[in-house]
Amino acid sequence: MRKIEAERIKKKVKKLFLRANYHIGEDVLTALKEAREGEVSEIGCSVLDMLIENYKIASGEEIAICQDTGLAVLYVELGQEVYIIGGNFREAVNEGVKEAYMEGYLRKSMVDDPVFARKNTGTNTPAIIYTDIVPGDRIKFMVTPKGFGSENMSALAMMKPADGPEGIKNFVVDTIRKAGPNPCPPTIVGVGIGGTADKALVIAKKALFRKIGEHHQDERYAQMEKEILEQINNLGIGPAGLGGRTTALAVNIEYTPTHIAGMPVAVNVCCHAARHAEGIL
Amino acid sequence: MAKIVKIVTPLTDEVVSTLKAGDMVSITGYIYTGRDAAHKRLFSLLQKGEKLPLEIRNQIIYYVGPAPAKPGYACGSAGPTTSYRMDPYAPALLDKGLKGMIGKGLRSKEVIESMKKNNAVYFHAVGGAAALIAKSIKKSEVVAYEDLGAEAIHRYYVEDFPVIVVIDSAGNNFYETEPLKYAK
Repeated sequence: MRKIEAERIKKKVKKLFLRANYHIGEDVLTALKEAREGEVSEIGCSVLDMLIENYKIASGEEIAICQDTGLAVLYVELGQEVYIIGGNFREAVNEGVKEAYMEGYLRKSMVDDPVFARKNTGTNTPAIIYTDIVPGDRIKFMVTPKGFGSENMSALAMMKPADGPEGIKNFVVDTIRKAGPNPCPPTIVGVGIGGTADKALVIAKKALFRKIGEHHQDERYAQMEKEILEQINNLGIGPAGLGGRTTALAVNIEYTPTHIAGMPVAVNVCCHAARHAEGIL
Repeated sequence: MAKIVKIVTPLTDEVVSTLKAGDMVSITGYIYTGRDAAHKRLFSLLQKGEKLPLEIRNQIIYYVGPAPAKPGYACGSAGPTTSYRMDPYAPALLDKGLKGMIGKGLRSKEVIESMKKNNAVYFHAVGGAAALIAKSIKKSEVVAYEDLGAEAIHRYYVEDFPVIVVIDSAGNNFYETEPLKYAK
């Protein structure tokens, strides 16, 4: 067994959320610059210039990239040989989130009761935590502040196996068409296929962590990613939805085994501000 | 590069009528903020026939819930939120003389019809350019609903605040017309 202090978990989570909210990934920046080179719409080009400038300002001054600093979502791989001491895991994670949002000038966007009171919890907690128990004695954190402009454009279809790859492609492209300018294009599109309804959504969001430019290892899925991306960019929605050739920067598919009777397909959209950070204890 | 139209607030009907979908605009003057929770409260006052806590005639409302300001900053990052959530409330405010809305994303038919009827304009601010946009916000004060925190109604003094006319007072909608030019 390896002992890990709860305090270290808190500090790590705090650091990761601060980093994710201030500093955009190099892959996003590179993809936006490449898109700028290929963009033919004049307004599209000026939008992309603004975004690139925005990332420079946020990173340089350590201020939030976007005012919607999101709900705090974490995918955690917890080694089964880890023994947490001096506190409990969930509280340590929530304390880390709270400190990042309270001390880092990040907006608190979590309301307690979603229907009636809708009172802000004031700390951006509770965090949304997905935990996998894995072999080993380490804890891996993958964190993302998830904004709701894009989250609200999520979709789920419980498709028939007979719908096949064509059905999946049409559903994903149609979801992005309907979303139009709302999710802050150019977006990154996460697609989760298989499992149950809920599992498909969880892996769709996890797919958003993949670096732009990397494709699925299975050539058939990689091909589907490329075809969907091309069809999405052919919609002409463009940067900020004001017209152009850059509507999405990437389509990332993940799949998982499913039932003989079904083919769940989930789409989770991320705005261009694809804020992620990863760290290991 | 397209010419940038400079306007000041409060707006006049004359200025609103000259703004066309696709115009790049820079705004100087006072604007008000409001998003989901504040709109719900304003709408409920109007339904009861009560007075609003601010005069909205000829004003612009910016759909935003800013990040907290770091010391030394007038305002934290402050990009637009998605506008359609304010659609159920917007026509009532337009009927009261609101002339401009700043946000991002699609609007309902009812909002666009109300904009045509009331001669109002919908501006697009670039979503996710929040740190950059905040540079044009020089002063910020809460004018109503302080208990709502980031969702409170603020009054901003802005200089050269960058927006694009996306739906003009004649109902021309850049979100509909532009993508068609680039679709394949």
